[in-house]
Amino acid sequence: MLNRHEFLEKRGLILTVAILVVVAIGGLVEIAPLFYLESTIEKVQGMRPYTPLELAGRNVYIREGCYVCHSQMIRPLRDEVERYGHYSLAAESMYDHPFQWGSKRSGPDLARVGGKYSDAWHVQHLIDPRSLVPESIMPPYRFLARKPLDPEAAEGWLRANRGVGVPYTDEMIEKAASDIATQVDPFAADYDGFVARYPKAELRDFDGDPTQLTEMDALVAYLQVLGALVDFSVYEPEEDFR
Amino acid sequence: MTATNNRQAAPEGGGAEVLSIGAFLAIGSLLALFVAARTSDPLMGAHASMFLIAFIAAAFALVQHVSSPAARLAGPYEMGVVKAGVFASVFWGIAGFLVGVIIASQLAFPNLFYFPELGWTNFGRLRPLHTSAVIFAFGGNVLIATSFYVVQRTCRARLWGGLAPWFVFWGYNLFIVIAATGYLMGVTQSKEYAEPEWYADIWLTIVWVFYLLVFLGTLLKRKEPHIYVANWSYLAFIVTIAMLHIVNNLALPVSLLETKSYSLFAGVQDALTQWWYGHNAVGFFLTAGFLGIMYYFIPKRAERPVYSYRLSIIHFWSLIFIYIWAGPHHLHYTALPEWAQTLGMTFSIMLWMPSWGGMINGLMTLSGAWDKLRTDPVLRMLVVSVAFYGMSTFEGPLMSIRAVNSLSHYTDWTIGHVHSGALGWVGYVSFGALYCLVPWLWNRKQLYSNALVEWHFWISTIGILLYISSMWVSGIMQGLMWRAYNSFGFLEFSFVETVEAMRPYYIIRMAGGLLFLIGAFIMAYNLWRTAKGDIRAREFAPAGALAAAE
Repeated sequence: MLNRHEFLEKRGLILTVAILVVVAIGGLVEIAPLFYLESTIEKVQGMRPYTPLELAGRNVYIREGCYVCHSQMIRPLRDEVERYGHYSLAAESMYDHPFQWGSKRSGPDLARVGGKYSDAWHVQHLIDPRSLVPESIMPPYRFLARKPLDPEAAEGWLRANRGVGVPYTDEMIEKAASDIATQVDPFAADYDGFVARYPKAELRDFDGDPTQLTEMDALVAYLQVLGALVDFSVYEPEEDFR
Repeated sequence: MTATNNRQAAPEGGGAEVLSIGAFLAIGSLLALFVAARTSDPLMGAHASMFLIAFIAAAFALVQHVSSPAARLAGPYEMGVVKAGVFASVFWGIAGFLVGVIIASQLAFPNLFYFPELGWTNFGRLRPLHTSAVIFAFGGNVLIATSFYVVQRTCRARLWGGLAPWFVFWGYNLFIVIAATGYLMGVTQSKEYAEPEWYADIWLTIVWVFYLLVFLGTLLKRKEPHIYVANWSYLAFIVTIAMLHIVNNLALPVSLLETKSYSLFAGVQDALTQWWYGHNAVGFFLTAGFLGIMYYFIPKRAERPVYSYRLSIIHFWSLIFIYIWAGPHHLHYTALPEWAQTLGMTFSIMLWMPSWGGMINGLMTLSGAWDKLRTDPVLRMLVVSVAFYGMSTFEGPLMSIRAVNSLSHYTDWTIGHVHSGALGWVGYVSFGALYCLVPWLWNRKQLYSNALVEWHFWISTIGILLYISSMWVSGIMQGLMWRAYNSFGFLEFSFVETVEAMRPYYIIRMAGGLLFLIGAFIMAYNLWRTAKGDIRAREFAPAGALAAAE
């Protein structure tokens, strides 16, 4: 058997093809089924695509590399469920391009941080983490509160997300820019239309400064929706046993 | 196809080659100019300008090459590009280690090393800069330089493709600059170790295709009947990284004039694709590629043949087959279906054996030459790298067991594990190869100073030990604190109490990294003086050093 190896050692192209075949198998067997096995993603109530403002916040979260220190994946272990809340479902990141599960907790998990702290807490914590948590090792993000957010860019983000499979409707894409203005203004004219498009979305000025729309608004809006969408009162874990 | 056909020399291009490179640069420049002029995204504008500058500089270099072609093409081997790779390796190595020390300092002393007005200095942006600089800039340049050296010597053939090897070198380093500046400006797709955005990924794909062509072209025109085992590893590294890079980076840009893109995959599928990529960046970039280094430089330096040809065959094929399956162990207890987690764990444990097959083959090559460890610090560095490889490839399967992983995941234990492999294995085998290469390439009888190699070895070994032992303690301690309950059945510690407990270990880790960086500076000085042809006054040439220079 091992003597036959000479055949490969003398033929560069065949050796290359042999390597490619050998390294392709594992990925095909493990990854491909995840795209067609129906049990991969649980059936849940409440998941919807991000609002344009939340998506803008998610872009900031990605740009600043928050994922290098914060996971968004609560494991079904007793201490994690008690510390952070219900364990994370695959369905909760089904619209996340790319996923933000993370791999390291230099800071706490954020999968269910939505609604846990006030907007003002988040803003102050992002501006100066150690003013609220003296032992914290998190970097300060004061500049976000001054960095204006351009609502016109949102249409392109939604369109690209629809291109990779997120169910944004034509109406959502058309109103992407105005929906950002609507979400930071609870007295906006299109309140009802916005809530119909994005159920459970929260409308308010998130950064405490109604005079301008900033990246701080977007990031806090994103943090406040994390883990808050799925309705666990109707979720049946037994039906989704994998 | 017969062996004779295989070994036909590929035609070396002359005028046609220069013309096609010129056309490539012209098209590239026009494209970059168009994007720079039309984009409303300032980050894209900056990167398009950098591409434009690079293409124009390359055009000038091409003109200069055409006006004096004779010097470049002399000699049986193309060693100029290897020398350039040695320079780049040392430069990026020091840059990457330095950023590592900076971000370690940020975690140890957040009040001193963060600047509220300078977002680009924050940990979240510098950490990808550190990982990419050490893995892709340092490691990648070491791999390109050594693979170009090894494939020429073991095939007894000049590198295929005329100027193509130079395109691979400069194109790859342009990718590094685009990626690194992108992180600082906030251009990232947030997939770990695959952060560069879509246009940088396309550029790397083009460069990588040429890398494969150069390597394969050289193999096909070899004058040796067999392809040497080191080249199997290099080939597996090049082919597999191409596959992983293309699939994991599939994404849809918001527009062709913007930096931002969205990954083709979402959630759970994206997670497994990413860790299939991520774990095999370890398996093929940081393992298979560097095993190629081990298989050439250790036998050469020890002047002994590789221990076992049969073991080479068995461990090579089983290593590349099994590694690909191990990705899911990064996703234990997550929302990834359990069958995939179990498969990943099973193959990760199996991976222990082929990994140790490689370690045994490397260590036992020293049979009959163990005494050289006392006299040759370069060989000692190479051997210790294999020992670290064995240690971290035992630790890896251990951590991939679900029960162990429930404790270790999300903690510093993972960081310590990565660094025992990265500093101990990848770092030391690279340093050993560089210490070999510089005297060989610059035709020097010996290194400037073996004593300085001893200093480098001991200082950085102490650094590595401080690093990994502090991360073991902090990782395991944090994992235990997270799951600790008090007598009333409540969680004993708040999260931030566990952060506070890490502080002493973060300071020790920073000190360890600093020692490793100091070692690299000593190496850079030693290699610089060696290339200049100096020999330290007090040092005699040991008997072995002359022979190793071939």
